[in-house]
Amino acid sequence: MVKEIERAGIPVVHMCTVVPISLTIGANRIVPAIGIPYPLGDPNLGEEKSKKLRRSLVEKALKALQTEITEQTVFE
Amino acid sequence: MDIISLPQKDIKEGTMEKIKVIHYINQFFAQIGGEEKADIEPMLKEGIVGPGIALKSGLGEDYEIAATVICGDTYFGGNIEKATKTIIEMIRPYKPDLFVAGPAFNAGRYGVACGAIAKAVEKEFNIPVITGMYKENPGADMFKKDIYIIETANSAADMRKAMPKICKLAKKLVNGEEILSPSEEGYLERGIRVNYFNEKRGSDRAVDLILKKVAGEPYETEYPMPVFDRVPPNPAVKDISKVKVAVVTSGGIVPQGNPDRIESSSATKYGIYDITGLNSMTKDKFMTVHGGYDRTFVLENPNLVVPLDVLREMEKEGEIGELANYFIATTGTGTSVGNAKAFGEQFSKKLVADGVGAVILTST
Amino acid sequence: MRLELGKIKINNVQFGEKTEVVKGTLYVNKDEIIKLVLEDDRIISADVELARPGESVRIAPVKDVIEPRVKVSGGGEMFPGSINKVRQVGSGRTHALVGAAVVTCGRIVGFQEGLIDMSGPAAKYTPFSETNNICVVIEPAKGIETHDYEAAGRIAGLKVAAYIGEAGRNTEPDEVVVYETKPILEQVNEYPGLPKIGYVHMLQSQGLLHDTYYYGVDAKLMVPTFMYPTEIMDGAIVSGNCVAPCDKVTTFHHLNNPVIEDLYKRHGKDLNFIGVILTNENVFLADKERSSDMTAKLCEFLGLDGVLITEEGYGNPDTDLMMNCKKVSQKGVKVVLITDEFPGRDGKSQSLADAVEEGDALVSCGNGNVIINFPPMEKVIGTLDFIETMIGGYEGSLKPDGSIEAELQIVIASTIANGYNKLAAKGY
Repeated sequence: MVKEIERAGIPVVHMCTVVPISLTIGANRIVPAIGIPYPLGDPNLGEEKSKKLRRSLVEKALKALQTEITEQTVFE
Repeated sequence: MDIISLPQKDIKEGTMEKIKVIHYINQFFAQIGGEEKADIEPMLKEGIVGPGIALKSGLGEDYEIAATVICGDTYFGGNIEKATKTIIEMIRPYKPDLFVAGPAFNAGRYGVACGAIAKAVEKEFNIPVITGMYKENPGADMFKKDIYIIETANSAADMRKAMPKICKLAKKLVNGEEILSPSEEGYLERGIRVNYFNEKRGSDRAVDLILKKVAGEPYETEYPMPVFDRVPPNPAVKDISKVKVAVVTSGGIVPQGNPDRIESSSATKYGIYDITGLNSMTKDKFMTVHGGYDRTFVLENPNLVVPLDVLREMEKEGEIGELANYFIATTGTGTSVGNAKAFGEQFSKKLVADGVGAVILTST
Repeated sequence: MRLELGKIKINNVQFGEKTEVVKGTLYVNKDEIIKLVLEDDRIISADVELARPGESVRIAPVKDVIEPRVKVSGGGEMFPGSINKVRQVGSGRTHALVGAAVVTCGRIVGFQEGLIDMSGPAAKYTPFSETNNICVVIEPAKGIETHDYEAAGRIAGLKVAAYIGEAGRNTEPDEVVVYETKPILEQVNEYPGLPKIGYVHMLQSQGLLHDTYYYGVDAKLMVPTFMYPTEIMDGAIVSGNCVAPCDKVTTFHHLNNPVIEDLYKRHGKDLNFIGVILTNENVFLADKERSSDMTAKLCEFLGLDGVLITEEGYGNPDTDLMMNCKKVSQKGVKVVLITDEFPGRDGKSQSLADAVEEGDALVSCGNGNVIINFPPMEKVIGTLDFIETMIGGYEGSLKPDGSIEAELQIVIASTIANGYNKLAAKGY
């Protein structure tokens, strides 16, 4: 789906845990998420810390969207 | 008592009418001209033209070439939709039973034209279609999944060998016979995976395979690894505080009760869900149906997959221009790449129409 | 380790006063089985039903299938760490009731349990249409938490299989097969001219309904390790998961691992079967990197010439499969992959979620997305209530007359990615 969004001309960032798959299928802007059962956050840290973590991941995603790239890039 | 099976047409009409064939060829094979005539518009001639003779001869008595459509390769390539429509209407009154295009050998534009028109004819009339091409013809990769393409050599000198193969498979298609493997029937491998029962079990075949590989002997894989196509990255967003952002997810987030019945695996649909006025994804309103992971955490807090809580804050604080008032969701596990591509194509149109300038796609 | 596996052929199963084997017929005492299952107060009721090959019977939702076995000698007991004390197993003598199987079923734990048809068009897709099945139908306590329900079902199945296995303890087997793997240096030197082949066995470990246990240890907590192939025959590995039914490696399949079986068949003839490397399929990238690094390290350390790799599940584990493939290949060890495919109902999409160019030798276990139609069965063991939410099922799958139209995925072990079946897919 990522490639179709990109093909339509909309910059897209893929936030995912299974980064190798995202690379193989060709997503361009990739932000690694935390874990498959909880991609954007970590409930084990408690709600407040988890939300903070989510915020920082989404900030990273926004940064990726605003970064010029020439090839597939994983924003660690 | 012998049961004689007649071609479908005869059974329907109760008379020995011939099976009607339409043949599509380009300006060169119609002997109208070469490159300088590649821009001629579609025209129809009754009966056989050019290589149609070989076609008729290979198909035999029960078939007749009702008409031949001729079109310039360049015209077709530059006017695919228009040309296709015109040709479809041209052949409609003939009520054809079979459509044969080319063969195109290695001629690229001709191959693409043959593939495109054959695919369209099959879709419109639901009749067997067939063509022939050299494996490197660009039309081959584009259309081998959609229609049968007999493998030919790379020049028209192969006509003598190619046409009989085309005729043989065409007759099978018309008679509804079982189509065997690419090597047996002579068509280009379509990349369609078909189940069958092997004599030996998988582990046994695997032992054979590893011993060959270790010994440096030639071996054949049962599944060739795909090469994924790439899309170049879009230019970066200049200033995201001025842009409308939308969320798409493959994590299977849907409203409580899954009103659209999105499947927990192998999704055949996606949903567009309203988040107007919501500041967070709450478990009373949303759930996940994704079958591939431990759902406990996400069921408790769907923000872990659709980060509405932080995006709403960022919207209020002016970090993003605007958050789209819906998110799009489907299930990622087991969902075929074909379906995912189709969903992406469809909903991307909506995203563009709604002025969405950036997308965050979340996956588990 | 050297194990003698005594195979006692079972060709019928009946209820009886005493649980015993008499001339090929397995008799089981229903009440004793129920009593055994109800020892766990997480289960409030249980029933036992029999299903034989060829009968018009449908069993659903199936949680696990286990072959009844008993450790006759050699140390330890069946399923160490799961229902019995943790002791090293894999040596001595074990008896197996071949042709019998314990099938646990009952109200669905999640949505990834499948079905078994004992006859009809769906029967040929599962090996359990050919076994005499003792179906244990369990009813969990009200309000029980899902992880608890899964554990209760798992333990119940293993206990019943061990209990029934006892019937084979003093029975003379119809066939005794000897499996032996020596310590590495001895093993290498035993057949110096033969290629050294290993087996990388990937264990499902994604969490809730996706767990596997090795001597009682949850595979997600393991780092890759070495196992003698015979340990698996005594139940060292137990299934705790309900991945997509078609892919499920049941405990029966662990006990009867086909790669181990087929490598042993040619051991000493055209290959030297060195041993098994166990690894997992975790959901964190760091774990995937660690496990694949270590798997490759072990392959190199053991001096292997080639390995077969199998996985359980699809999607997420395809990534681990490819990472293992790449890293092991980069060590100079040749790799063959065994896995099933999900190219969509029309067979036209990509079969695997991930790909590496080193994956140039793959054995296919079939397309799990194919739609199949199968007729109603006269008897249902368990319930059909969940068919439409089970993987492979969808709205409208279960017809009013009881027939089913669903993806092949819904049949237990139909496309199991360890090469047990003859089903395969080819390119047309």
